[in-house]
Parts: sequence; C-alpha cells; structure tokens
Amino acid sequence: MNKKISKLILGFSALTLLLVGSATAKVDGDIVTLGAAVSLTGKYSTNGKHTKNGYDLAVKRINENGGFKVKGKTYKIAVKYYDDESTPARAAQLAERLIKQDGIQFMLGPYSSGLTKAMAPVTENYKIPMIEANGASRSLFTKGYKYLFAILTSADQYLAGAVDLLAEKAKEEGRSLKTLKVAVAVENDPFSLDVRLGAVEKVNKYKMKLVLDEKLPKSLDDMAAILTKVRALKPDLLIVSGHAKGAATAARQIDQFRVYVPMVAMTHCDSAQIEQKYPVGAENILCAAQWHKKLTYSDDDNLFGDGNDYVDIFTREYGYSPPYQSAESSTAIQVYVDAFKRAGSFNPQKVRNAIAKTKLQSFYGNVKFNQYGQNIAKPMVLLQVINSEYNVVAPTKWASTPLIYPRPK
Amino acid sequence: MDSIIQFFTTPSFLMQALINGMVIGALFSLAAYGLALVWGVMNIINVAQGDFVILGGYVAFYALGISTPFLEALQPNFFSRILLTPGILPLLSIPIASSILFVFGYLLYKVIIYRIVSRDLFTSLLATFGISLALQQLMNLSFGADVQFINTGLPTLFFMDDLVALPVVRLFSLILASILSVFIVIFLKKSKMGLAIRAVSQNARAAALIGVNTDRVYAFTFALNTAICGACGALVGMIFNLHPYIGTPYTVRSFMIVIFAGLGNLPAVILSALGLGVFEESADFMFGAELRLAFVFSLLVFVLVFRNWRLSKKREYLK
Amino acid sequence: MRDFTKNDIRLFIALCSLGLVAPILFPAYINQLSFAWIFVVIALSWDMQGGHMGYNSFGNIVFFGVGMYAAASFQILPFFSLGDWTEAGGVQTFEHSVSQYFSGYALGILFAAIAAVATAFIFGNLILKMRGHYFAICTLALGVAIGEVFASIEILGAGQGLSLAVWPRGFLDDTYRRLFFYYQGFLLFVLCFLSISYIIRTRFGMTLNAIRDGEDKAESMGLNTNFYKISSWILSAFFIGLCGALVGHLVGFIDPIDVAFSGATYGIWMIIMAIIGGKGRLWGPVIGALFFHAFNEIFWTYFLGWQRVALGLIIVIIVVFFPEGILGFFQVRKKSSVSALSTQPQQQKK
Repeated sequence: MNKKISKLILGFSALTLLLVGSATAKVDGDIVTLGAAVSLTGKYSTNGKHTKNGYDLAVKRINENGGFKVKGKTYKIAVKYYDDESTPARAAQLAERLIKQDGIQFMLGPYSSGLTKAMAPVTENYKIPMIEANGASRSLFTKGYKYLFAILTSADQYLAGAVDLLAEKAKEEGRSLKTLKVAVAVENDPFSLDVRLGAVEKVNKYKMKLVLDEKLPKSLDDMAAILTKVRALKPDLLIVSGHAKGAATAARQIDQFRVYVPMVAMTHCDSAQIEQKYPVGAENILCAAQWHKKLTYSDDDNLFGDGNDYVDIFTREYGYSPPYQSAESSTAIQVYVDAFKRAGSFNPQKVRNAIAKTKLQSFYGNVKFNQYGQNIAKPMVLLQVINSEYNVVAPTKWASTPLIYPRPK
Repeated sequence: MDSIIQFFTTPSFLMQALINGMVIGALFSLAAYGLALVWGVMNIINVAQGDFVILGGYVAFYALGISTPFLEALQPNFFSRILLTPGILPLLSIPIASSILFVFGYLLYKVIIYRIVSRDLFTSLLATFGISLALQQLMNLSFGADVQFINTGLPTLFFMDDLVALPVVRLFSLILASILSVFIVIFLKKSKMGLAIRAVSQNARAAALIGVNTDRVYAFTFALNTAICGACGALVGMIFNLHPYIGTPYTVRSFMIVIFAGLGNLPAVILSALGLGVFEESADFMFGAELRLAFVFSLLVFVLVFRNWRLSKKREYLK
Repeated sequence: MRDFTKNDIRLFIALCSLGLVAPILFPAYINQLSFAWIFVVIALSWDMQGGHMGYNSFGNIVFFGVGMYAAASFQILPFFSLGDWTEAGGVQTFEHSVSQYFSGYALGILFAAIAAVATAFIFGNLILKMRGHYFAICTLALGVAIGEVFASIEILGAGQGLSLAVWPRGFLDDTYRRLFFYYQGFLLFVLCFLSISYIIRTRFGMTLNAIRDGEDKAESMGLNTNFYKISSWILSAFFIGLCGALVGHLVGFIDPIDVAFSGATYGIWMIIMAIIGGKGRLWGPVIGALFFHAFNEIFWTYFLGWQRVALGLIIVIIVVFFPEGILGFFQVRKKSSVSALSTQPQQQKK
C-alpha cells in the first residue's frame, strides 16, 4: 500500500520534471527566442489577445523578410508564450519559469500594469531585460528597475489631456475654471488608479471641482448607480477607466440610461471596439490612445511602413483593425531587433545596454528611454469617436479634426 | 457618511436603486431558483451555474447575430416586419437560448452528471467546478474574449423629472423573470413531471418504489435548470455584458440566495434575490461601487452570525 | 489510538530526503518545488477542518491573505513609512539593506502568524458555531468580504496592490534567494505534516473525528466541541498564514483580490487538492496537492489556451471515477480492512 504511494509520488515527480520541459538555450541555431506571458484567458483576455497578435505580427513580418543580421549572421525570431490567466501570481511564476526552465534571456511584457508589476521584480533579479508594451503604471518606473523598458507613455498621462482640453474649451467660452465639475469613475486596479491620479492632479492644478470620485470593483458589470449620481451632479467632464470591460460597460450604460455629460473621456475604447458595438453611446466620446494610424510616423527599418500600412497588414492578418495595444506590442519586437543589431551579441547585459541607448522611430512613434526605462519620446493622443470613426483631436500638433464640444444631446 | 445621508434624502436615488436592484434581483432569482431546484432534487451544488448563464447569453447573442441579417435580406413581408420590430427578435432569442441550453443540460446529465447524483455534496461541487473551469475556457476559445452584448434597440423610460431612468429592456426582464417563475411554480405544482420532481426531491427511494423513473426526473430537472439559466443569460446579455469569465459572480450570488432562503421555497428565493439586488444597488449609492461586494458579503456574514447567536440562546444552531 | 506505522515513517523520511536534495538535483525547478510544498501545506491544513472535523470551510483563504499582507507590511513598517511606500504613483524609491531586509522579514513572518491566528480566533468564535451549509456559505462570504475590504485600504495600496521589499541588491547570489524561500516552504511542510500526524493520533484528533461523525453526541458526552473546533481552525490558520507570507515573497507583488484573497485560485485549490488526494486521510492532501500541482504545470506547458479545459476535465474524471480520492481508490481496490493510512471516516451524506 505505502509502497504504492511512494511509487506514486516518485513517479509523479519524475513524470512532471520530464514533462514540464527542460532548459533550452535562448539562441538556438539561428533562432532567437523571446519569452512572454500574456493573458489568453481571464478578465484581460481581450487585450491579451491584442498583445499577442501584435507580437506575432512583428515576428512573422521579420521572419518573412529574412530575419535580421547580427555580426553577419542571419537570425530569426520566435516567441515562447504562456498564459498568465490575468493573475499576477501566475505571471510571476511564469516569468521564473521562462527564465529558469526555458532559458529565455529576453522577455516581453504581459498585458496590464498589475501583471507587469509582478513580473518586473523577477526579471530584475535575474538581470534579464524586459521590453514591455502594456504596463503603464507610474509606480513601475520608481522602483529603480534597470532591466525594465516600457515603450508606452505612463498611465497618469492617459486622460490628463482631457482635463486640459476641458480647461481650454472653458477658457474659450469665458467660463471660470473654478466652476467646472469633473466626475471620475475608475476600476480599482493599478492601471486605472494611475489614470485617475493623473487626471485628479490636473483637476487640482486648474482648481476645478471633483464632484465624484468613485472606484469600480474588478468584477464590474454595472455602473448604474454611478451614472445616476452623474446625472444628478451634472459634471462637465466624466472620466472612466477600466480596461476593455470598463469601456464597454460605460459606453453601453451611458446610452442605456441616456446620461448626458458634455465631455466623456475613457481608456481602451478601441480595444473594446465601442465605436462598432455601441455606436450611439460611443459617439463623441474621447478616448486616450498611445497611438493612432494617422500620426505621421514611419519605420526606420521599413518593417511595416507607416501607421496606415500597419493597419492594412494587421487587418489582413487578423480581420480586425488594430487597437494601439497591438501596435505598441509590435514595436516592442522592433526595439529588440534594433538592440540586437546594435549590441552585436546576445549577451543579456550587452543587449540591455543597447536597449537603454535605443533611439529609433517606428510606425508607432519615437522610442527613446529615460534612465527609468520609460519611453519619453512619444506623446499620448486623444481620439474622438465621430461618425463611428476615431479622429485625433489632441494634441493640436496631430489633430486632424476639431473637437466636438459639447457633445450634442 | 455624506453619501449615505444623500442617498436617503434623494428620492431619485432611492427610486433608481430600487428599480435597478429589482432588475438585478430578478436575474439572480432565476439563476438561484435553478440552483435550488437541482440542489433540492438531486443534492447537487452546481458551481457552473453562472457559466450556464453566460453560455445562454452567448447562444442568444449568436441566434440574433445569425437571424437578423437573414431576415433583413429577405423581401420585406408582413412576417419579417413583425420580427424586425425592435424587441421582438431579442424576445424570441430567450426561448431559443432556453431550448438549446435544455438540450445541452440534458446531454451534460447523460455524460457526467448522472454519475454524481447519489454522491455526497462535495463530489458534485468538485465535478461542477471542473465543468465550470472547462466551460469558461471553451467559451473563451469559441466565442472570443471580446466583451459582447445583445442590442435590443429598445428605448428608455424616464420618471421624476428625468432623474430616474428605466431602460425598457430592464423592465422587460423584470416582467419576464416574474412570468418565468410563475410558470415554473405552475409546472411543478400541476404537471406530471413536476409532481415527479417534487416526489423525488422528498424521497427519491420511495418515489422509485412507486414507479417514478428517477433517472428521467433527474435528467429533466438538470435540463430544466440549464434552460432557466439560458433564459437568464439572454436577459443578462441584453442588460449587462457577456464575457467568458464573468459567470462566477452569478454563481456566488445564487448560492448566497439559496442558502439564505432555504431549499424548496420559491417565494423566499425570489424575495431574497430581490432583497440582495436592492441591497447591492443601495450599497453602490451609499458606500461607492468599490465597497459594494464587501458590504453585501459582510451583511451576509453578519446576518448569519446574528441568527446563530439568537438561536444559540435556545441551545440551537444554524444547520 | 491510531498508529503512525513504520511504513508511514519510511514514506515520510523518503519524502523529506527527496525534498532536501531536490533543489540540488533540479536547480531550474526550485520555484515550482517551493510552490509544491506550499500547496501541500495549505491542503493539509484545510483537511484539518474539511476532512478530519467535517467542517467544509471555503474561507481559509482569509488567513492566506491576512498572512501575506502582514508579512509584507511588517517588513516595511519598521524602516519606511508604509503610506509613502504604497502611495499611488509613488515617486520615491525604497531599498532595504541586508540587515533591514532580514530583520523585517522575520518580523513579517512573526506577524503573519499572529495576524492569521488572531483572525481565526475572532471569526472562529463567531461562525464556528454554525454547521453544515451555513458554515460553508458564511466562510465563503467572509473570504470575499475581507478581500474586498483589503482592496479598499488605502495604506496597503488598495487596488494598486503592494509590492514587497526586494531582495537586497548585491547580497548573495540569486540561487541563494530561491533556496532561502524553498527551504522555508519545505520546513513548513515538515512542521505541518508532523504536527497534524501527531494531532490526529491524540485525543484531540479523536475529538475532531467525533465532531465530524456526530457533533451533538460528542457534545452530550461532555466534550467542549467549541474549544476543539476553534483550536483546530487556529492551527490551520497558523500554517496557511505562513504559506501566505511565503507566497507573497515568492510572487513579489500582492494584488488584493487576484493574489492575496484569491478565492478562485488558492481558495478553491486547497479544497480540490485535499479531495483529489482523499480527504480525512493523512496522506491524502499530500498526494492530492502534488498531483494537482504537477498536472497544473504540465497543462500550462502543453495545452496553451486549453489548460483550463484539461484541468477541468481531469477534475471531473477524478471525481467521477475516483470519488474517494486517489488514496481511496487504492484502498478500495486492495480492500485492506486495516490500513495504516486510514483515518478514514464513513462518508457522510449531507
């Protein structure tokens, strides 16, 4: 009986260790393997999919173009994926696993700030560079991480621009800023709380009134109470942030309850595709975006061309128009390739130093990191849904259409 | 504190909380009643309840997605014009979701559930947990991870100087949920199958002795439960959102409601479901959405502790 | 009194020696192995109530989360202001020195145990008097409620989560960091296993079984069942709280709902592991946890995107075909009437 149990235990351990996979080298022949844990399941699965598609497209494109050259030898890229199930605990474990068991020496980021927060300490411990494209929380860049590089603008700047825009419009109308009322409803997660932080800082700066400051639970599917309060408080600006689910819920219920606010600003509109799914509710909503196809950037390495080309290629491949989450993920790969070329080696330390010195332009924008690993060379843009299309309305330099303010009733 | 006072002194807030709470409560009551039925009759706690709800929503979503363009492509005739009136097709999608889920439930019973009927409660809990895990991911794989919803095209009603809004679809679901529960009660009271179900739930062995085919009763009960979930899911899709991983809150709440109301007591299930809905919405107003769940669940703990404390004076206890 | 047979001792020693050398044999898997021990401990501790005492708690995750938060915050508190540490979007960088890290670590572990035990004591007095489903649902609600409350405590980072102190820079090699955590997990297992295997052989353990098999009768025989129930819950809480502390350090980042009070993962896993192995048996949770962990990891590797389907199916299969757990299956097949492993109850039907 007990022998059986001991056999059972031993058998398990042996079987597991065999099956869980043995360590392989990160550069095997002419293939460089990057590691990534993305959310294929769980609450971030929408954006996890966008992230993965972004990575995959760039990899495919690079390999189709014959790979890239390091010291005269041509290499191709592969990505080793795991599913982090949208939970930080899993993400941290998978980072360990990618590095220790799969021998990955170059990491790509997961989706969302929370998961990046869980993975960053691991990559930092092992001194493995990680270029991430979807963790925007400001606190990621204050921990003194040396191996973390983010090619996106930090979360606090997502909707701060909307407050600026409101102030600008109020000035034009000759209204005092002190009379302006702002309502904020964000999900209780690292990313959205940072979005709130940036917006609230601006609100305080302009001495506007913060009339509503609510946090949405993570399992949010109902904003009815908040919208009722909004209706009673009549703010001039409503700020909502809660990943794809939050955007979908908000757009849906703003329409369902016919809540009127002159200016509504959100994040993740495009990844939730609110302009197609909730055309009425989404009309004239402001959306924060890291990137838009109409920005006139183009690839240094000619991988995709410019923004419009990227949209074409992506749509052909996946059958939907790429949200910025995909665009930034593709660029993360481009940054790696660029760094490999300049480092002339696959030593993580050397690659890390090369990444730190990155200075490139892709279809997505300029990439240049500050000492904390933050990309400081690109702006955030604000889009507005006009006739179910996204148009850039701010900052002025890129604006293709004038802002529609106030939203028509 | 301010927001609590504000809530109780603002009639429009109270009214809106009441309305929204009733709507949510009505949906919960459907899911909870199915759960109570299966629990009472088959001694199975179905942890996959919420996932059945979401599955029902997806079925309705795709039924609409397929039929609408088809009908629009047809030559407009009397028939298609009626069907394309806002609200009609979504209404029809409810029985469709219900019947497809009925078949699904029946098959699930034949493959898995019948093996665990006579086992202890924990076995069923685990087995359905496994089903729930698998079902969530299967939904994710087949329906995609995007947030979906069912567009009914119905308008919104306003009361009290336009301060209280009631989307017609919510009203709709409230009425429908009540009709469904009445239908279920009548079915259980009057029909032969209903009689058999009640007999089995009282004493399966005795029922078998007098010639009730218990296996058939179990299969039907389980399928009936999934059918109820299907209807509930279609309504959830119209009012809230569909996403493969948002089933769990429905499971947890149905579980709570059933425990609270006790088994085999439909009016109590409906009442506690409505109560829970109203409490949740009120908590939203009073403490902010952030503390909604904390409030509701602490309330439950508190109520249980209090009831137990009262009983303990008589040297009894909750069981 | 049930005997802890020679076979049990041999098996335990074998497992221990395996545990001692495993990190040296499989250095790449240290992290996985640490989690394996932790899973064994939480399953064993859950089984104290669920298996031996017959109180199916869905809320033991509370101790896990409380322990995790206590360990994290008490490591920070003596040296830095917790408010600054967790400040939303905080701009300051904090680093523990070597001595700060380890003294804080010890303090954190101590408080993790204290906090978990205190929580168990308070809530045990309140809700352990309930029985059956009411107890189950009450613990479930408690788990959700406390998680949500922690998600709104500003000083603990609220929804932002709490990053733990990082291993002091430049102190020892990384392998030592991993071994440091691994051996703690292993030690926890040894402690937990020994204390539980001791306890179930004593009068205390017999009383727990008596409570499971008929609490009213036990009470009428003059046993102060409440005392036993609360004590056993406290013991569980002690071990689970320490596991929480350790998992916090292993993960490095606490999200209130997805890591600390994660009822949907650790919370339900501890129950599943105990049942898969065979609840109410000493070795059941151990085998269940190892089995569960192994399959979980394998599925993650080979069924990308399908791992939950595979895991769900395997749970269904086990429950349907091996209803008494893996151990029960072997025992039924061997029909051994006297088995050392068995502290096997009559399966009660509720």
